[in-house]
Amino acid sequence: MTTALLSLSGVHTHVGRYHILHGVDLVVPAGGVTMLLGRNGAGKTSTLRTIMGLWRASAGRVTLSGEDVTQRPTPAIARSGLAYVPENMSIFADLTVRENLVLAARSGEIDAERLRWVFGLFPALEKFFQLAAGALSGGQKQMLAIARAIIEPRTLYLVDEPTKGLAPAIVANMISAFRELKASGATILLVEQNFAAAKALGDTVAVMDDGRIVHAGAMGELAEDVDLQHRLLGLSLDRHQ
Amino acid sequence: MTDLKQIDWVPLGLIIGMALLALPLVGDPAAWLTLTAAGLAMGMMIFVMSSGLTLVFGLMDVINFGHGVFISIGAYVALLVFVPLAAWGAADSLVLNLSLVGLAILVATAATGALGYAFERVVIRPVYGQHLKQILITTGGLIVAEQLIHALWGANPIPLRLPETLRGSFLIGDAAVERFRVFAIVLGLAVFAAMYIGLNRTRIGLLIRAGVENREMVEALGYDIRKIFIGVFVAGSALAGLGGVLWALYRQILVASMGMEMMVLIFIAIIIGGLGSVGGCFAGSILLALLANYTGFLMPKLAPVSNILLMLAILVWRPQGLYPVAKR
Ligand SMILES: Nc1ncnc2c1ncn2[C@@H]1O[C@H](COP(=O)(O)OP(=O)(O)O)[C@@H](O)[C@H]1O
Ligand SMILES: [Mg+2]
Repeated sequence: MTTALLSLSGVHTHVGRYHILHGVDLVVPAGGVTMLLGRNGAGKTSTLRTIMGLWRASAGRVTLSGEDVTQRPTPAIARSGLAYVPENMSIFADLTVRENLVLAARSGEIDAERLRWVFGLFPALEKFFQLAAGALSGGQKQMLAIARAIIEPRTLYLVDEPTKGLAPAIVANMISAFRELKASGATILLVEQNFAAAKALGDTVAVMDDGRIVHAGAMGELAEDVDLQHRLLGLSLDRHQ
Repeated sequence: MTDLKQIDWVPLGLIIGMALLALPLVGDPAAWLTLTAAGLAMGMMIFVMSSGLTLVFGLMDVINFGHGVFISIGAYVALLVFVPLAAWGAADSLVLNLSLVGLAILVATAATGALGYAFERVVIRPVYGQHLKQILITTGGLIVAEQLIHALWGANPIPLRLPETLRGSFLIGDAAVERFRVFAIVLGLAVFAAMYIGLNRTRIGLLIRAGVENREMVEALGYDIRKIFIGVFVAGSALAGLGGVLWALYRQILVASMGMEMMVLIFIAIIIGGLGSVGGCFAGSILLALLANYTGFLMPKLAPVSNILLMLAILVWRPQGLYPVAKR
């Protein structure tokens, strides 16, 4: 039994008058990739935002390595070892690729060897290192968003739909990058709509619906059980397979 | 650091184009030079007064109507140096005169910076994210501060004499260019250069630029945007104080409302520049002041509305301002 790196228990989140998360229970074991799946609007992005403290849980607890981080401000949560790649990427368009990465390196300087490794994963970033990030293509922006998260080793990477809207060749590039990150011993909580990508990367899986976790288990189990996939993920499967 | 090829030169071309276009219209090169130098000096002063405000808005969406009061306070605090050391200003010595102005600037910016710190804590912090309350409470702060100036320095205007070597004009051919205007241009350029380098070459500058674009993401990277904002607010207030000293030396007469009188121009400058952009604020301020001078000379009847017309024209051309800041 692996230990839980991150765990959410009974987490509720309200945004203004809207009640969005209705008691989320989620465990992310240390090491490997936990997939967070579910149809559009299920609450995946809201779950990641709540973990980051960008939205406050109105009830329940978020713990990281056993420590309660529920009420910590976002910068403190980030500094306790979390890296976040938001759904809309949120790269800094007016800053260069280099400046985006420099900011993400909390030590103030990019480690040269780590940078070479990142360039190996995403060669385009080396080519456009001095270019304003706003001038990159959609796929390159996504690469930069991921590079920014992994430019220094972190305890846990939260990644929200990194393959959304990308061409198949770039999706393949993303999948192999995450494979390599995983091979380095990283822990990743990965939101995906692309079931093929989920199958390729996931060790464990949690499925959300309507602001709750409705299934949790090994990725392999879900990958083999077509009925269960249909029941849990519905139409989104037909689109992607 | 973005390389020069990536800088949008069009707005700067616009400034130069306008100045060149004005030359044949004005006709007399000496008059044109005088007008242009005056416009540049005015533009630099508007820039110094407004550059902090644009960052304050860009970073936290805070609308600070009280900004103008820091200009007035900067001017009045400078009196605490100018009055007792009047002999330094009366001396016909560039070194003594500049030391006097430098000391006045130091004291004024320290005072407005410290006041900015208190203002942020007491007035701004309780109304983060609430625009209507920001407008009301910062306007309230402005009224209180103006009354405070009246209480401390009296309600009558206070004259201020320019230091000796900054008086009079340089003669360039037939054109007379006031010395103080040259001083203001040099100082304004120095402030712009310092801000440009600070924002582009330092880590805190990077964080400010990133925060103007997307403060949530800066926090998700582990940086406390509130601390950065307080720093920016203090620096912006100090810059307003510096602008106040320049503005006082230019007008040579102090009234408590002298800062607030500038707020319309300041708001226009930061809007046409692109909210949150220091480069835009610089270009916008100069454009505004040059145009006001040229129209004042060529079409005096149009002068009072030239600002508004410029703002409309720019916003039709670039709705987000000359240098739009990428937002979320
Ligand atoms: N800013 C917001 N304000 C109000 N409701 C929101 C907001 N963002 C998302 N929601 C709602 O919360 C629910 C979950 O959204 P989200 O977490 O983005 O789902 P997912 O990422 O799984 O597609 C949806 O019903 C969505 O409409
Ligand atoms: Mg989502």
